[in-house]
Amino acid sequence: MLQYIARRLLGLAPTLLIVGLLVFLFVHLLPGDPARLAAGPDATPQTVELVRKDLGLDRSLPEQFVRFLNGVVHWDFGTSLRTKRQVSTEIADRFMPTFWLTLWSMVWSVTIGMAIGVLSAVWRNRWPDRVGMTLAVSGISFPAFALGMVLMQVFSVQLGWLPTVGADSWRHYILPSLTLGAAVAAIMARFTRSSFVDILGDDYIRTARAKGLDEPRVVVKHAMRNALIPVVTMMGLQFGFLLGGSIVVEKVFNWPGLGRLLVDAVDMRDYPVIQALVLLFSLEFILINLVVDVLYGVINPVIRYR
Amino acid sequence: MAATIVDTPARAAANEGAVRSPWSEFWRKFRRQKVAVAAGLFVLALVIVAVAAPWIVPYDAENFFDYDKLNATPSWQHWFGVDALGRDIFSRILMGARISLAAGFASVAVGALFGTLLGLAAGYYEGWWDRVIMRACDVLFAFPGILLAIGIVAILGGGMANVIVAVAIFSIPTFARLVRGNTLALKHLTFIEAARSIGASDWTIIARHIFPGTISAVVVYFSLRIGTSIITAASLSFLGMGAQPPTPEWGAMLDAARSEMLTAPHAAIFPALAIFVTVLAFNLLGDGLRDALDPKIERQ
Repeated sequence: MLQYIARRLLGLAPTLLIVGLLVFLFVHLLPGDPARLAAGPDATPQTVELVRKDLGLDRSLPEQFVRFLNGVVHWDFGTSLRTKRQVSTEIADRFMPTFWLTLWSMVWSVTIGMAIGVLSAVWRNRWPDRVGMTLAVSGISFPAFALGMVLMQVFSVQLGWLPTVGADSWRHYILPSLTLGAAVAAIMARFTRSSFVDILGDDYIRTARAKGLDEPRVVVKHAMRNALIPVVTMMGLQFGFLLGGSIVVEKVFNWPGLGRLLVDAVDMRDYPVIQALVLLFSLEFILINLVVDVLYGVINPVIRYR
Repeated sequence: MAATIVDTPARAAANEGAVRSPWSEFWRKFRRQKVAVAAGLFVLALVIVAVAAPWIVPYDAENFFDYDKLNATPSWQHWFGVDALGRDIFSRILMGARISLAAGFASVAVGALFGTLLGLAAGYYEGWWDRVIMRACDVLFAFPGILLAIGIVAILGGGMANVIVAVAIFSIPTFARLVRGNTLALKHLTFIEAARSIGASDWTIIARHIFPGTISAVVVYFSLRIGTSIITAASLSFLGMGAQPPTPEWGAMLDAARSEMLTAPHAAIFPALAIFVTVLAFNLLGDGLRDALDPKIERQ
């Protein structure tokens, strides 16, 4: 098992390096001179040159790349052009709200989504299936920002049950995490259903039934383990979706998180912040996929020993 | 009395007029799914409306202002009401259909084209080609979709054209993987070996024997992907990175309606419904196509 994890970690190295290179090149792909951007619109040519030297933009590209990597390793992404604060501080301030929001969304959406999926597969083509799948196809078709606005209008504005914006108490988390998780729950439900439907038709399930096991035990003990394998992969992919979705949801609920930081940074062309956030989001995504791969190995020994 | 006809399978087929072609087989299965057929008809109607929008809108979507009816609710005069600037929401929704459908279709078409070509090359030649292409896909997959799009828009600047480029780029790896998988499965089959043994060129084998085998997967994914792309494009406009006001793009309309939610919720409801219904139709159509084209479904 350890060997498997080590192999997976090693396999990540090239991807990480390429992602780092792309994020680094990002600044140089931006239209216009990054030194000019950093110095501000009214700067004199001398100031621009000073800034260029200060940021190390006068050196050769490979040299800059090494400096960039060195900075990343030491958690130093430079200063924000907008607030003049360290990018790492900006990110640290905004990290937790986004982290909790993503985590709660994932927890409820995976639980509910898988439950709906299993129920739909067991009662295939009967009413629980029809209700579940109608909900699910609606869930993947309703854009998160529209859902957020509707939920806020109904529960915060009309009924006054929940707060509208901010992230101060657990009550603030309800609507944003419902909004963010809805699409994931829908995708998980559809995916779990099709995975279970496949498995429930297999011979070994018939054998389990034939030897007189009751249906709950067949589903939970026999079908679950095999049906979960593709579902776990799907779950990992959905984390990326949540990270992306949080950007939109944070704008709707004025959430003090990383997504809004990114949107503001893009508006202001605050490239050190954009660079750091894109890198951070990708890193998270890659790490989550690693965890998923390891989980995969835990569930399915065939993969582990290949 | 007519002689009893023995109903052999061959005769039954002859009686139906023709041998079942893959196309008629697909149609037979697809037709049975009423919801998918309805969704398909709706998509068709939507395309017609989108194409004809400039001639059928009751008011100019960008330059007509009814100052006496700011934020007015739906009426016979303005079917979907009026927005905060006095523009007719129904006209804007119709014009928005043009933008959303074009963005969804164009981005997925470009993504499918490049993804299919790369997937065919990777799957057929394997080895070095395969490794380079699949590694590139892994890197693209390392960015969550909308994040990649935001990065691209940050580089290229805002606007709908750049959003389409961004969405197209992140559609490429999914199509490439899908087609590569199918190609790998097909290339070791006997009929490919036969084609090679009579001296068919690589190009002929790929274009005439392998590509047709991957079409059904691509078609299904195409339809499902258009829904996702419409949502992504609208999301980017909602974030202020796509279509800019006064363009009647649905996501941008929702963003503009946000500040008026208390006084004019209808200005948000109709664009939201428009996105929902459109994406739902594409998703239902895609589900139906999958059920009709996927041989695995038969036993369920």
